[in-house]
Amino acid sequence: MSEPLVFTFDVDGENFTSAGEASVEVKKRLRQLGLPPDIIRRVSIAMYEGEINMVIHANGGRATVTVFDDHIEIVLEDRGPGIADIALAMREGYSTAPDNIRNLGFGAGMGLPNMKRYTDTMKIDSTVGVGTTVTMTVNI
Amino acid sequence: MNIKTVCELLSARVLCCEDRLDTELHSACGSDMMSDVLAYVKDQSVLLTGLVNLQVIRTAEMMDMRCIVFVRSKHPSPEMIALAEETGIVVLTTDKRMYEACGILYSNGLQRAGQD
Repeated sequence: MSEPLVFTFDVDGENFTSAGEASVEVKKRLRQLGLPPDIIRRVSIAMYEGEINMVIHANGGRATVTVFDDHIEIVLEDRGPGIADIALAMREGYSTAPDNIRNLGFGAGMGLPNMKRYTDTMKIDSTVGVGTTVTMTVNI
Repeated sequence: MNIKTVCELLSARVLCCEDRLDTELHSACGSDMMSDVLAYVKDQSVLLTGLVNLQVIRTAEMMDMRCIVFVRSKHPSPEMIALAEETGIVVLTTDKRMYEACGILYSNGLQRAGQD
């Protein structure tokens, strides 16, 4: 078993324009590793949605992507307001994003459902007032 | 259908990656909501949108899309075009509105995205 590869990124919460840069970078690196295109796509879409969420709701955070032999793990940590009702947040179409974010093409209430759709496992740990950690895995 | 045909059908202008017009497209998606676009994965797609910001290019990149058509004469910024160029995504702009542009492509055989 080889040593897992770890990529870590700080997600800037100040600027919506730069949201997604970390996901683009992850996609690039996974391509360099020669992983199958559908695996790369699922990881990068899930991470991209998560990154957008961190920018919209939590003023940024930290993303860590670890490549194991048989799966890829994505951990997104923020110190945002937390999610009071995770089941509600998971419902397609439910969103607390402000109108200006909708005008930018996001906030349709599809982010968390999409993250779940594209990953094999997803776990949300959230404490109101403290922050949220989303851990996702995609099997290779 | 290849991108050149899309370009002709929509009387569109090519804004970047002109050397990739012979790329084949198998499906299309028309939306201004990027999360809706991200909900459906399909190979070799074209995205039609009236939304203009960098996230459109990044969304297309995440989805491995080959072409973006900006409808209603929307014009992307130089920064957006540069990012698309770097990624190898062909960017087109057309005067046609979303409904008409989608209708033309659909009736000429380009089916919807997200079919399994």
